[in-house]
Amino acid sequence: MELNRRQIMALAAGSAAFAATTSLSFPVLAANDAQDIINAFTGGAEAGEGALTLDAPEIAENGNTVPIEVTVDSPMSEDDYVEAVLIVADGNPNASVATFHFTPMSGEALASTRIRLAKTQDVIAVAKMSNGTFAMDRKTVKVTIGGCGG
Amino acid sequence: MISRREFLQASVAASAILGLGGTGKFAAFAATQSMTQDQLLDFEDFGNVTLVHITDIHAQVKPIYFREPSINLGVGEAAGKPPHVTGADFLRLYNIEPGSPEAYALTSEDFTALAGTYGRMGGLDRVATVVKAIRAARGDNMLLLDGGDTWQGSYVSHHTNGGDMVELMNLLRPDAMTAHWEFTYGEDRVREIVDELPFAFLGSNIFDAEWDEPAYEHTKMFERGGVKVAVIGQAFPYLPIANPGWMFPSLSFGIREEVLQENVDAARAEGAELVVLLSHNGFDVDRKLAGRISGVDVILTGHTHDALPEPVVVGDTLLIASGSNGKFVSRLDLDVRDGGLKGYQYRLIPIFSDVISPDAEMTAAIDATREPHKAELERVLGTTESLLYRRGNFNGTFDDLICQALLQEREADIALSPGFRWGTSLLPGQDITVEDVFNATGMTYPNAYRSEMSGKLLKDILEDVADNLFNTDPYYQQGGDMVRVGGMGYRIDTYKPIGSRISEMTLLKTGEAIDPAKNYVVAGWASVNEETEGPAIWDVVESYITRVGTVSLEENQSVKIVQS
Repeated sequence: MELNRRQIMALAAGSAAFAATTSLSFPVLAANDAQDIINAFTGGAEAGEGALTLDAPEIAENGNTVPIEVTVDSPMSEDDYVEAVLIVADGNPNASVATFHFTPMSGEALASTRIRLAKTQDVIAVAKMSNGTFAMDRKTVKVTIGGCGG
Repeated sequence: MISRREFLQASVAASAILGLGGTGKFAAFAATQSMTQDQLLDFEDFGNVTLVHITDIHAQVKPIYFREPSINLGVGEAAGKPPHVTGADFLRLYNIEPGSPEAYALTSEDFTALAGTYGRMGGLDRVATVVKAIRAARGDNMLLLDGGDTWQGSYVSHHTNGGDMVELMNLLRPDAMTAHWEFTYGEDRVREIVDELPFAFLGSNIFDAEWDEPAYEHTKMFERGGVKVAVIGQAFPYLPIANPGWMFPSLSFGIREEVLQENVDAARAEGAELVVLLSHNGFDVDRKLAGRISGVDVILTGHTHDALPEPVVVGDTLLIASGSNGKFVSRLDLDVRDGGLKGYQYRLIPIFSDVISPDAEMTAAIDATREPHKAELERVLGTTESLLYRRGNFNGTFDDLICQALLQEREADIALSPGFRWGTSLLPGQDITVEDVFNATGMTYPNAYRSEMSGKLLKDILEDVADNLFNTDPYYQQGGDMVRVGGMGYRIDTYKPIGSRISEMTLLKTGEAIDPAKNYVVAGWASVNEETEGPAIWDVVESYITRVGTVSLEENQSVKIVQS
C-alpha cells in the first residue's frame, strides 16, 4: 500500500490512541473522606478481619463498572446477624459507594453490585454486627489504560 | 543474578523429594555436541501418564529463528528466580555448556553465531514428528495439551482468521487447549471455531460479562493409563485490558482464584487422581497461584514464553514452562498411584529443525495452507545487516525498526510500539519478506495512529505500562513487556512503585528533557481503543524498508535500567 501525504500527516482526532476514560493519576495517599465515613459507621470502634470477604477483580476490566461482592460469615439468627455493610472507595471523588442493610430474615449476608472507580484505589467494606462488633476487608483494584499486553 | 544455591533452595531441593528430575539428561546431551533425532527423542518411559505440552506457537508453522530474552527482570518474590534468569546466568544455573545446542535454544548468548551453527528451530511438521513418536511409545497414556496463543501471529493466520492453525492443529490432535490471542479474532469467530473443534476448549475464568456465568467449559476429565485426569483450562486473565475488549464485549476474564479452587475441588470430588492446570496466566502469576490453591499437581504455564529445562516446584505443584513459537515440546511422564503423584520424569525437547525430520502429512498440510499466499509471503522488501529480534523487557531491534518506520514514515517526534512477546528473529544478511514483517506485526488491530500527547501523558503511559510489568504482586501485572519507545530515551527503576519508576525522559532528536506541559507528535500502533485511525503497521514498515533498502540498527542504548 502506498501511504499518501495526507494520510501520513493526519493527526488522529482527539486522543484516539490512549483515550483513557479514567484519569491517569496514581495513588499516593487517600485524599477523600473514606476514613471519616468509616469512623462515622463504626463510631470509631476497631473492625476485625476474617468474617467479611470482599471480592473484587485485581485489575478492573472497565473502571466504569467494576463488579464487587461482599459476604459476611454470620448465622443470621435473631441473636446474631449482620445489620449493615458499608462500602467505600478511597480514591473516588466521593468515597461513598453503598450501604447494604440486612435482617435475620435475609438468610445470608451477601450482596453484589457494580461500582465506578476513577483510578487505582482501595475498595473497603465494613460490616456492622448486631452484637456491636465490626468486620472489615479491603482490596486494591487497579484501573489501567492497558493495551500493551501479549 | 541468582546463585545456584538459592535456586536449589527454591526448586531443585523440592524436586528431589518427589524424585527423578530430568536435570542430568539435558546436561549430558549438551556434552556430546552432536545431535540425532533419536537423541532428541530419547526418553525412558516412566509412570503411567504422559503429558505433552506445547504453547504460544503464535501460528509459526515453519522453522524460525527466535532469540530468547537477554533482559527479563523479575521483581518482588520472583526477583532472580527462573524465568527471570538470562544469558550466562541461565547457562550456569542449569549447567549448560556455552556454545552447545541448548545454549543456543535457551538463551541469547552468541545467538547470531550459534544460529549459523544449529539452524532454525520449530516447524509444526517437526513438532508432529515428536508428538507422533511419543504417541507411538505411550499410546493411551498420553495427553497432548495446547496452552493457547496458537491461532495468531503470521501472515496466513491473519488472512484466514486463524483458520490455517485450526486445520493444522486438528491434525496434531490435541486433547485440550486454552486461549488468549484467539479472542482477538472476535468472540463470534472463536465461538464458530470452538463449536466445530474436535477437542476441548477450556477456560475456568471465561465468564459472561453481563450475568457473570461461566461462558466456556472449564474442566475436561480423561482416563489415561488407568488414571482419572482432570484438565482445567485458564485463559489469559487480562484479555479485555491488554487487548481490545470491544472485540469480545460479552466476555469477562480475571484470575478468579476462588472459581478455580472450586473447579479443582469438584474435579477431586469426581475422582480425579491427577489435576492439571492448562494455563495462560503467565509464569509469575502461576507461581503465586500454585502457593495459594490446593489440589493442583501440574501447572502447564504459558503466555510469558519462558523455556525452562527443569520444572519449578511450588509446594506439591510442578510448574512446566515450554517456550514459544514451536521451539520446544515438553514431555512430562508421571507416576500416579494410590490417588496421588508419586514421581515424574521431565524433558524439554528442543525442536532443532535440521535434526528432526518433518512429518510428511503435516508438511503437505502446511504447504497447502501457504500455497494461496505464496507470492506475498516470499515478496522481499529489503535486507537486514543487523540481528532483528523482539523478545525482552525493553526495546528489541525489530521494535527499533518498527519505531524508526513510525518516526520517519509518519513524521513523528516519538514512536510507541507495544511490548508483545511474540515476533520471530532475523539474522544479519537475511532478506526481510512480507512474511517476516507479519511475524512481528500480524494481528487484528494494526492501525498506526498519529496523535499529539503531552509530556505528562507520555510519562503517565510509561508509568502505567511499567507497573503492568514490574508490580511486585504478579496478580497486578497484566501486560506484555515494556512498551517500546522510539525518538525518546528514559530511565527506569524497576523496583520503585508506580509513579516514580520513570525519569530522565529525553527527546532524542534535540537532547532536550521532555516538558510535561508541551505536546509532542506521537506515532504508534495496536491501540486497544475502537476506531483507531491510520494505516496498518505492516504498510508503514513496508514503506520504510523498501525506501531504505538495507536495515542497520545499533543496539538500543536509550533506556537506562536501574534496580535500586
